Amino acid sequence: MARIVNFDLRYPLMEAGLESPVDEEGVHDSFNQLIAEQSQNGGLDALELQELQRELDEEGRDNVAYLSSPGHDYGRRQERWEAEREDDGRQTDSLAGERWSSATLKILSSMPSRTIGRSRGAIISQYYNRTMQLRRRRQSRPSIRDFSRSARPSIRGYGMEGDTTDSEGAELRKREHLVNNLQNLSVSDRVRMLRGMPLSVAEKSELRMQAMQKEQRRHSGRQIPCCSRLKYYIIIAVRQSWYSWLSFIHSLQLWQVALKRVSGRFGTGVLSYFLFLKTLLFFNLFLFLVTGAFLVLPQAVHPPLFSQGRPSFSGLELLTGAGYFSDSVMYYGYYSNYTLRKSCRVDTGGQNMSISNGTGMDCPSKRHSYNMPMAYFFTIGVSFFITGIILVYSMSKSFGQSFRIDKSHSILAMKVFCSWDFKVLKKSSVKLMSENICTQLKELLAEVNHKHVKNTVCQKLWRLTVHGIAWTICIASTTGCVIGIYYFSEHMHQNLRLFSRNTHQNPLLKEASMLALPVVVSVINLLLPGLFNAAAWMEDYDSPSVRTYVAIGRNLMLKVSVLGVLCYHWLGRVAADPASINLTCWEDFVGQELYRFLIMDFIFTLLDTLFGEFLWRLFSEKGLKRRRRPVFDIARNVLDLIYGQTLAWLGVLFTPLLPAVQILKLLLLFYIKKGSVMMNCQAPRKPYRVSQMTTIFITLLCIPSFIGASVCVTYTMWSITPSSSCGPFRQLKTMFQAGKRWVEELEKDNPSLSMLARAHAYLVENPFFLFVGAGIFLIVIYFHSQVVDGQRKIISLLQEQIENEGEDKKFLITRLQSIHEQKRTPTRRLTSQDSTC
Amino acid sequence: MPSNMSCVLCCSRLHGRYRELAPHLVPLDYTNNPDIRVPLTLIITMPELKENPFRDRIVETFSEDGHGNLTFNDFVDMFSVLCETSPRELKTIYAFKIYDFNRDNFICKEDLEKTLNKLTKGELTPEEVTLVCDKAIEEADLDGDNKLSFADFENMISKAPDFLR
Repeated sequence: MARIVNFDLRYPLMEAGLESPVDEEGVHDSFNQLIAEQSQNGGLDALELQELQRELDEEGRDNVAYLSSPGHDYGRRQERWEAEREDDGRQTDSLAGERWSSATLKILSSMPSRTIGRSRGAIISQYYNRTMQLRRRRQSRPSIRDFSRSARPSIRGYGMEGDTTDSEGAELRKREHLVNNLQNLSVSDRVRMLRGMPLSVAEKSELRMQAMQKEQRRHSGRQIPCCSRLKYYIIIAVRQSWYSWLSFIHSLQLWQVALKRVSGRFGTGVLSYFLFLKTLLFFNLFLFLVTGAFLVLPQAVHPPLFSQGRPSFSGLELLTGAGYFSDSVMYYGYYSNYTLRKSCRVDTGGQNMSISNGTGMDCPSKRHSYNMPMAYFFTIGVSFFITGIILVYSMSKSFGQSFRIDKSHSILAMKVFCSWDFKVLKKSSVKLMSENICTQLKELLAEVNHKHVKNTVCQKLWRLTVHGIAWTICIASTTGCVIGIYYFSEHMHQNLRLFSRNTHQNPLLKEASMLALPVVVSVINLLLPGLFNAAAWMEDYDSPSVRTYVAIGRNLMLKVSVLGVLCYHWLGRVAADPASINLTCWEDFVGQELYRFLIMDFIFTLLDTLFGEFLWRLFSEKGLKRRRRPVFDIARNVLDLIYGQTLAWLGVLFTPLLPAVQILKLLLLFYIKKGSVMMNCQAPRKPYRVSQMTTIFITLLCIPSFIGASVCVTYTMWSITPSSSCGPFRQLKTMFQAGKRWVEELEKDNPSLSMLARAHAYLVENPFFLFVGAGIFLIVIYFHSQVVDGQRKIISLLQEQIENEGEDKKFLITRLQSIHEQKRTPTRRLTSQDSTC
Repeated sequence: MPSNMSCVLCCSRLHGRYRELAPHLVPLDYTNNPDIRVPLTLIITMPELKENPFRDRIVETFSEDGHGNLTFNDFVDMFSVLCETSPRELKTIYAFKIYDFNRDNFICKEDLEKTLNKLTKGELTPEEVTLVCDKAIEEADLDGDNKLSFADFENMISKAPDFLR
């Protein structure tokens, strides 16, 4: 028994001797030759044998307790193996006292799990099976034949590789089958399958060409009539041109070099901020193109008949949006409420072309008419709808990638394999990252080892009070600021009223005073997150992810309440009673307010970058003489971006050119932030889970930001009276009525469309259908959640099955070995050599 | 979607990169597929690989001869797998091969220890290294053979959304 113990202890020392890879190579080579003599597949090596050895040792070790019991199989087997070890000189090298006979080795080396991904034949075979399954699934044959009695893949013959005498022929045949299968798949499936194969690029392109050749041959062989062949060629040509267009777009990627530099220095966390900025840029670009093409361009080409004189340009316009910009295509008030016609001129002067019918003039060119109110209504509606769909789609895709169904237990293993950020290229950042990983591993180890430290009741109570105080501070400060904004906006409102009565005031001063509210709000947005950070520092959270989530939650709460109060101010106070402040066009006013808010937000972000990053770095390097640079706070910056985007979405209805302003702002912000980060900041020290954070940000962009903006816009269109003297919806009760009027007009023109009109009236105005729609939606969500539950159960069942398979494998190996031992025992006494089976 | 046109564009750019590693070895004209191999020591001077702790293993995995000398086809293979748009399953297969230092199709404890040492550059004590490896194998090994087969590895990676490259 003591000998077993000695034998086991020697192992770690032996392996310690294999420090340099050169030693390993020698071992590899000798075993390669050895096994290559006896089997056709590639060779095992000594380390694997040692593994098998140790496996059995552990089993043996477990059974040491049973060795004392007489007549136990394992005990006797151990002794026999031990004795054999001394005799088996031939297959061993000096390091491993191996116990497997060569016959067992031969069979072990051809096990499916050891050949997958290794030899080309095995890969081709494996993918042949996969394509077969995919074809079956696509053709939706009955799936009963897929399930044998036992669900074990090895028994079902999936990926089964054995020793074949004619390996060359078998490989060729399998390759033929694979090509056959590939060409029977649809194009996208084929492309996906080829991309996923771990073969070399040359082989993949060969497979692809073979598959395509066969397809072409098949097609050309058939007798197709002439016109469908033409259609076929046209489809091929369109597809090719579409692919080349996509690759062209791909090569034109915006900011590719800059992003690579940022990710090389700071890793994927900071990169995600810049990618988010890029995404927002594309959303705004889309919005700008749509509104520009359908609203701005037609109206700019046909200026309205009655436009009052504009004040001259003074520099203040860029900040306030009023003045020179006030009666321009930038704001709602400029847009006409009649149908624009191309070659009609109003020579009779002073005649307002009819309100919404547009048939008052007998113009010859009825074709070139453009119904501006309808265009405005539908453009805004459709662009919001499409943006919503794109957002929900990207949100769900992001969710699917980052939140897995099963709860992950393998934290440590994941840390080892998945925490290295391969995008980082700079040497100092790499060093920082490895230190980071080291610290995290140490922390995890400490956590795993000392999991049982429980806090006393006193400590728990103390922590609870600290959390309570911090939250009270945050909520109180938020509420205080929101109430402050409410009263300040009311004060500004009163001021405007006074201004409107007193016309001797300087108009420039009046405009400048409009900047007060945006400045106050921006200051609050800048300072309060600092207070939240201080509160979080006081609370001292254990896990950094909880701290990040809490910080995001508090910031979100602040911004949502601020925006809520502002929306009430605009829609509830200004829009409800515009005459009190002598406003002819309240939509213009609200549009200008939003423009001011956007610009102020940008200016304060610049100031924050300047003071927070640049000056802080100078101070910390020169003043405090520390090498620690400020850290780029990703969450806070992303929330600022989301806030700006919400303002842009709120303002599209009143200022169709606001997306253009937002685009300019984002472009400038990118370069400024990039410069600042490269100059002033260092990589974050805390671990940052990128894909979860990205999912959270996209969700925040969709749910509070976009949904909130669209609710506001819908409310405005549904129930607020548009101003009676400006804009495309003047003299209508609500903006929504424009849609109704259009349907009525259609009905009048073509009586056959009365069904449509009636259906429209029924669907849109009856709340019953809304309830039904919402109900169906909820039912669909419920079904999907049940499906996910079922999948979770299947996953746990499959894990149990895998464990059982492992047990089976161990059992079979030991049985195999014992059979070979039994066969060999009679011959062992005759010769010292063992014969191969 | 890899169209022929983007393949051609990428290939010419890659050929430029390949050539600048060893201009005296690599000819400008590759039409007759000469058998040229750029040695490992030159490949790992590329900026993308220079600071990567696994650079030797990465290059060895993609080389035909197993020693890290890449032909142009191997070079193209390496970039096609390592690029951002390649599918996750493919990256998982190659990641497994890279982490499998002794090439026995299993990530055993020694492989894991070597990986850890390369990651932390020797900052952890040997006891900590052993402890981490034991715990990691315990967590990820599903069929109980005390090493990670490809199925175990794939299962663990599938739960980690941050497996980027």
